[in-house]
Amino acid sequence: MAATEPRAPLTSVRVGVAEPAGATATSAEPIVSVRALDAYFGAHRAVRDASLDFLDGHVTAIIGPSGCGKSTLLRCLNRMHETVPTARTEGEVLLEGKDIYTRGVNPIEVRKRIGMVFQRPTPFPTMSIRDNVVAGFRAAGRSAPSRREQDGIAEWALRRAALWDEVKDRLSESATALSGGQQQRLCIARALATKPRVLLLDEPTASLDPLSTQKVEELVYELRGDVTVVIVTHNMQQAARVSDRTAFMLLGELVEMAPTSRLFTSPADERTEAYITGRFG
Amino acid sequence: MSSTPLHGASVGDRIYRVATTAFALSIPLLLVLLSAEVAAAAWPALKTFGFSFLTSSRWDAVAGEFGAAPAIYGTIVSSVLALLVATPLAIGVAIFLSEFAPSWLRQPVAFLVDLLAAIPSVVYGLWGIFVLVPLLREHVMPLLADRLHLGGTPFFSGPAYGPSMLAAGLILAIMVLPYISAVTREVLMAVPRSQREAALALGATRWEMIRGAVLPYASSGILGGVILGLGRALGETMAVTMVIGNRHEISASLFAPGYTMASLIANEFSEATNDLHLSSLMAVGAVLLAVTLSVNVLARWLVWRVQRQGR
Amino acid sequence: MMKASVSRRSMRVRRAHSAAMITLTLIAALLATLPLLLILALLLKQGAGAVNWAFFTAMPKPVGEAGGGMANAMAGTVMLIGIASLIGLPAGIGAGLYLAEHRGERVASIVRFLSDVLNGLPSIVIGIFAWQFLVRPVRHFSALAGGIALGVMMIPLVTRTTEEMVRLVPDALREAALALGFPRWRTSLTVVLRTALPGIVTGALVAVARIAGETAPLLFTAFGNQFWSTSLAQPVSALPLQIFTYAISPYDEWHVLAWAGALVLLALVLVISLLAKFATRSRFARGSD
Repeated sequence: MAATEPRAPLTSVRVGVAEPAGATATSAEPIVSVRALDAYFGAHRAVRDASLDFLDGHVTAIIGPSGCGKSTLLRCLNRMHETVPTARTEGEVLLEGKDIYTRGVNPIEVRKRIGMVFQRPTPFPTMSIRDNVVAGFRAAGRSAPSRREQDGIAEWALRRAALWDEVKDRLSESATALSGGQQQRLCIARALATKPRVLLLDEPTASLDPLSTQKVEELVYELRGDVTVVIVTHNMQQAARVSDRTAFMLLGELVEMAPTSRLFTSPADERTEAYITGRFG
Repeated sequence: MSSTPLHGASVGDRIYRVATTAFALSIPLLLVLLSAEVAAAAWPALKTFGFSFLTSSRWDAVAGEFGAAPAIYGTIVSSVLALLVATPLAIGVAIFLSEFAPSWLRQPVAFLVDLLAAIPSVVYGLWGIFVLVPLLREHVMPLLADRLHLGGTPFFSGPAYGPSMLAAGLILAIMVLPYISAVTREVLMAVPRSQREAALALGATRWEMIRGAVLPYASSGILGGVILGLGRALGETMAVTMVIGNRHEISASLFAPGYTMASLIANEFSEATNDLHLSSLMAVGAVLLAVTLSVNVLARWLVWRVQRQGR
Repeated sequence: MMKASVSRRSMRVRRAHSAAMITLTLIAALLATLPLLLILALLLKQGAGAVNWAFFTAMPKPVGEAGGGMANAMAGTVMLIGIASLIGLPAGIGAGLYLAEHRGERVASIVRFLSDVLNGLPSIVIGIFAWQFLVRPVRHFSALAGGIALGVMMIPLVTRTTEEMVRLVPDALREAALALGFPRWRTSLTVVLRTALPGIVTGALVAVARIAGETAPLLFTAFGNQFWSTSLAQPVSALPLQIFTYAISPYDEWHVLAWAGALVLLALVLVISLLAKFATRSRFARGSD
């Protein structure tokens, strides 16, 4: 039943998007749509029959207790799920209307369009700060911008990730010298540098201190409108702070998806209510 | 960016997968090729002499008669002698390093013992020729035979030539010691803390803890290390060739010169007079290959079993 | 396992016994390091006098003449190590990458096991294999055959260290590269291998140190050569071969050169081993995950 629901709130969301402060997107078309998606690890079905839309330029949070399948669902959106041995999916994920799981689609092309940042900061230890930011162009091959252009892009991305002022004098130093919070913002800059339409954040602040967490949250808030953000978090306050819409998952099932303010104030499903009031999870 | 299509295969990935798979499969392929080549080259000799190739002591290139018994005997005796000397020492070193050594001593001693494995075989041989063999001839052999009155036993009888089974066994002992000790140390470290603590809590002394709790737990791994050392000793060539005396004879006396399979090949291969001689040397190589293969498989299995237990 | 009833009365005896056994292990440690120190001391004493400029630059003198050097043998050793590395490094690194990326798969565990088996084969057997396969068909000894024999010995050594080092690279790094749209091959080469490189260099140096001193595989392949040769198709000398020839000769002049050669060879091997030991290890050697 949860599986068929998402299309219903869609209309109400279109009305509701104006509510969160800073939400600039007025024409909220879905950019990524998930249709009847199952994700497996071997025989274990980690995501069950999920269907939902991610609206262009919005920030969507996915919450739920650990092991509920929220990270797995996220990793299905850019075909990272299948990089784990024995992992597979069934169903559709439409990126701008095209199913990325159709035969012949190159997952590399999908990942170039949908950036991702992980729980732990993952700067490439053998590259400088600058080279880390533009690392995505190494995958671009012939179409990569020139060195000069890359310098410009690196500055743009670092400014976007609110890191420029802290690193502008040490761009050629190793990225491992940065603090954990700086490393995570570097990874966000790296993901933004290739100008993806969608950015997936998998618990991006789970390993950070409160101050760094705040900076990353502000950053996510800033990105709204330009980039579609999907953020997985176990922290409900974080979801409430940064997102326009929130999806709640339990035991691999998408229970409910709604505008964030509504999901946290008047959830439609009693399981959602139980979770957000702290009765389990 | 969205102008480029989603579709498209990654040629690079396919090349990469094929290349790494090919490199990985080159290892089994090499082993098969090696075994096949050696077996094929050995076939004429094995066909001519049959089982007596392993039992005959006659090695006569002129008459075209070849039997590898002395070399097989010498290989076994020198290796067993090496293990008899090296095993207690190696286990002692490993216990000392893993259990008792003060931390300032542990690193340097471990480093020196590991260095023993880095010395080239030919350098051991050189040292053997000019130091070990004269030492044995002038001092050790007379001491064993006369002072200790062991000359009456078959093992220490006969003239003291110097180059001998004893020299080969001793030099092999030095050479395999670091291997046995390294494996033993690894195995000892894999013994869980709880084993030691349980023994100490029962009031055992430190040695009783080793004896009663650690060694039994590690024993099959240590055996694996010893067998790994055996594998090294069986195939060791240069140092043995330089000190064993190279004689086709089976003698009970450790003072007498002998031969090993590896040193026989090293010594006669480039001077092989005819095809049968060459094939016989290849057959010796095939026997050596078969023996070391089985010894290695056994050793790896034993070590692997203990390390898996420890985890 | 201990009998509690005996423990109290004989505690002093048991303590003494324990102390004695611990002392024995200390003696074992001393005995084990003794040969090394003896060999090093003797090499220095016998060889140092003959290691001079001419030793490195001059050719061997005919029998009975003092002096002369091992220039050809040293050039030969460098050449053989070069050929061996050209074979052993790519094959070993490729196989190591394969093993690390297919861990847990049956083919990988078989290859890993066989790599250990290959590593345990006597070098003389690899020598006769190389002769049969590479020398016999063309009817002459060659530097190429010697280098290939040494290269075969390098493969399992490089394979294992590469696998171990690549495994130390956190999976998160591989995922990050894939998520950026790196193809797998580029992920493996520019991110994973690049990160593990210091450790792999160490492994490669250890492998070179090991084969640099090998004699047995060269006896019937590179064979040795009294003259200067840099041709791949011609027999070539090598330090260990030359040491062997001189050591078993009856001439005192050659014995001196054998000691000098052994000193140089051992120095070479030790320097490479030390380089390997102290070469900066991978930043991930301690494992950040």
